This record gives sequence, C-alpha cells and structure tokens, in this order.
Amino acid sequence: MADAMLKVTNLESWYGESHILHGVDFEVREGEVVTLLGRNGAGKTTTMKSIMGLVGRRAGSIRFKGEEIVGLRPDLVARRGIALCPEERGIFASLDVTENLMLPPRIAEGGLDIERIYTLFPNLKERANSPGTKLSGGEQQMLAIARILRTGARLLLLDEPTEGLAPVIVQQIGRTIREIKALGFTVLLVEQNFRFAATVADRHYVMEHGKVIDMIPNAELERSMDKLHEYLGV
Amino acid sequence: MMMILGIPAPLLFGQLLLGVVNGAFYALMSLGLAIIFGMLNIVNFAHGALFMLGAFTAWGLLNYAGIGYWWALLLAPLIVGAFGVLLERLFISKLYKLDHLYGLLLTFGLALILEGLVRNYYGSSGLPYRIPSQLQGAQNLGFMIMPNYRGWVVLAAIVMCVITWLVIEKTSIGAKLRAATENAPLVQSFGINVPLMITLTYGAGVALAAFAGVLAAPIYSVNPNMGANFIIVVFAVVVIGGMGSILGSIVTGFGLGIVEGLTRVFYPEGSATVIFVVMVIVLLARPAGLFGRAH
Repeated sequence: MADAMLKVTNLESWYGESHILHGVDFEVREGEVVTLLGRNGAGKTTTMKSIMGLVGRRAGSIRFKGEEIVGLRPDLVARRGIALCPEERGIFASLDVTENLMLPPRIAEGGLDIERIYTLFPNLKERANSPGTKLSGGEQQMLAIARILRTGARLLLLDEPTEGLAPVIVQQIGRTIREIKALGFTVLLVEQNFRFAATVADRHYVMEHGKVIDMIPNAELERSMDKLHEYLGV
Repeated sequence: MMMILGIPAPLLFGQLLLGVVNGAFYALMSLGLAIIFGMLNIVNFAHGALFMLGAFTAWGLLNYAGIGYWWALLLAPLIVGAFGVLLERLFISKLYKLDHLYGLLLTFGLALILEGLVRNYYGSSGLPYRIPSQLQGAQNLGFMIMPNYRGWVVLAAIVMCVITWLVIEKTSIGAKLRAATENAPLVQSFGINVPLMITLTYGAGVALAAFAGVLAAPIYSVNPNMGANFIIVVFAVVVIGGMGSILGSIVTGFGLGIVEGLTRVFYPEGSATVIFVVMVIVLLARPAGLFGRAH
C-alpha cells in the first residue's frame, strides 16, 4: 500500500471554548479521491479548516508528505501544496472572474495554465470580466474549483461542492472531479450526498460527533447501505 | 470687476481654490483612513497625529539634516510609514480580534501621546517651513491669482489619489487587498501572507497621511495640533464617502472641500459646520455612505 499523502492522527480542534473535533484519524493516499461523510455538525468542515490552519486551536498530528503541519499558519500550509475550495465557495464580490481566478499565487509547478482551465470550464472564459458573485451558483462553484487548480497544489480540499446546486450541475461537478483525478490530483471531499460521493470517490470516512467512526471503500458501499443510512440518518 | 451671483470673481474663485486645497488634504487623509479601515477594521484616530508627524519630519529633515522639501516629500512618508509599521506590530495587531472600540481608544491614546511629546519638545506656537523656491510666486489667471504652491498641492494630491486608486483597483496586489478586506482567512489559505499584508497596508495608509503632512507644512504652520484640527472633518469625509471606500474618499474629499469653500463665500457662518450637516443628510438617506456597500 502506498504511503499516505495526508495522515491525520488524533486531531482535536476548538473554536474558542467549543471543543469540536475529538480525535479525528484518517489518511489520504496520493491520487485518491476520499470523502468525509456525516450529518450536519459532525465536524467535516472543521476537519477541512483544521488541516488548513483556519481554526483557533488544534492538537494532534497532521502530516502532509511526511511533514508535520499542525502548527503552521494557513498561508504556510497552502505553500506546502494543499488548497481549499471552501463551503459557500468564497467568491469575492469586489473581484471579477479573472481576478478571482488569478488571486491565489502559484505555489509549485504542475498547476493548470489558464487556457487549460478555460477548456475545462468554458463558461468562465465567457464571463471573464463579470463580477464573481454575478455568476450562477454552478458557475461560482466551477470558479472556486478552477481557482485552486492553477496553484500547483496537489491535494485539493473540496468542501461540499454540490451544496445547493441543481442535479444537472451536480453531474457536471462530478465529471470535473473525475477529470481532476485523472490529471493526478488528490482530493479530499466533504459531502452529505453519499449518492454523489459514490460516483467520484475511492473511499469514504464517516464522521460523527467530531470523530471518524468508520471507513468504507467505495466498492463496498452498496453492501454497506444499511449501515450508512443509519450513520447519516437518511 | 467680473461678478458671479453678486460675488466678485476673484473672491469666489479664491475661496473655491482654498476649498479645493483643503479638499486635497481631506482626500489624501481619508484615503489612508479608508484603506486602513477597509483592511484592518481599525478606526485610526492616530491618523491626524501621523499627518502632523509627516510635517514635523519634513521640518526636522530640513533643520537637522539640511534635507529640503523635495527629498522630504519622499523620505518623510517612508520614515513615518516605517513608524506606522512599528505601531501596528507593537500595539494595533493585538486588537484585531476585539471590538472596534478598543482600536479607536488605542489610536486615540496614541494620538494624544504623539501630540503631547511633540508639544513638549517644540511648543505649540508653530514652526515655519518655507515654500520651496521653485514653487514660490503666483500665476494671474485673469479671473483670480493662483499661488503656485497651492496649485502644486492640488496636482500632487490628485496624482497620489489616482496612483493609489489604480494600485488598488487595477493591480494584482490591489486585488489581494480587496479580497482580504472581504475574507482575510480565505485569502491567507491561498498561500498569501495576510498578516504581513496588513502591516504593510497600515504603513502605506500612514505614509499617505505623512505625505499630506509634508504638503501641508508650507501652508499651515508646523504645529502639534495641525492633525487634530483636520481629523474630525476627515472622519466626516470617510463616513460620507462610505467607510472603507477608496473612490468614496477621493470624490468626497475634494467635493466637500469645494462645498466648504463655497459656503465660506455665500454663508460664512456655516462654513465650519456645513460638512457635518452634509454628513447628517447623507447618513439619513444612505446609511452606508455615498459609495459604501451596505452590510
């Protein structure tokens, strides 16, 4: 088995006095698409933010390519080769589409150039000079993903990219994630929609009450449906 | 003599020029304040004192080091800007997670300390600073006499405002600044060193105040209160323009200077209060200011 690109061990996180993560353990291997599944409030988004250094206090271990990053500032985490596409997309209203796209600096070789991005996301080229927040929800999500593909980061954290989008757009996001994987990127995906997750992921970690409680390989997802329904309350 | 609306043209245009000159200072000062508020969320009450330090630095460079006006125009903003960086690192950076009120109190206290220290060493009567030889004299424009130095102040302020606006609106550094104003943690998670950007932004805002201070030195006497006299009006300009709005600061700064100048001609008693009357009207009609975005 390949070494883990990202290995999270006994991760705890706090927002102020609130203790959110209570010892999260999981790993992501290079080239995989791995999902964090769980109900609202299970700690999925906080796990993503903790990896990026965006929470108040963290303890435990986050190793990326063998290096401990748990104490690093967000910009230094990003410079190691991790990029976040946040929940709510994080499109800047005062920036047009091109400015949003070009905002993150290139941190390493291997990012997609702008022409390749426009080939993947043709709508963005047509709307290049529009304010970022004037795009449709689906286009904003494409922009948020495209933005981090430029940087050269090899591990992409996608936080609920399908949230609030029409089914046809969700399918499009799914195709995009599969293309990203084919290009060699590694993806950690937060999802509540496990049916969508099943179409893109290699493995699924299930979170509850700030901990990982199970890991289900995608190949076994069908056989684990009852268990999954119970975990997710669906 | 040519009359306009029953007012002699030289008087009208003279007051209008005075208004534009004051507007130039309002614009430069409020530009720095808007940048600092937009990025740091700090209401920088020390801005007037830092404007005053710019003027005193120019005076000091001339009297202690023999460095004249033109070099002072470059060096004083750099020196005072570096001092601003120090203030941000030592004090202001500790307040980012607290309520606005703490920043306001801290910078107000800093302003009192800076003004008090300068008063202690140089008194409060004011020190002279000569207009550079190249800008002495005046031009007869036919309808008014325009002192060269005042014309220069307006030109320099406009150029500086346009440069600042272009940097913020049309460059990648400006895009990062605007983005960080909206969501600093996300910008930092893209690999951008936001804490450093915040420090340098404060330094740049302070440098703009110092630049205005150097421009003001030959017009007003260089004295510890010169910033305090400006700062209240400048805050009104920022509020009218829209807190944090760069374009709002520039347009409103010049606009209100002109309004003030015209009021001095047509209703002199109202000239000291007209800006605050405008502020009340604008806040009633548009609480976010003329160019501000409602939150």
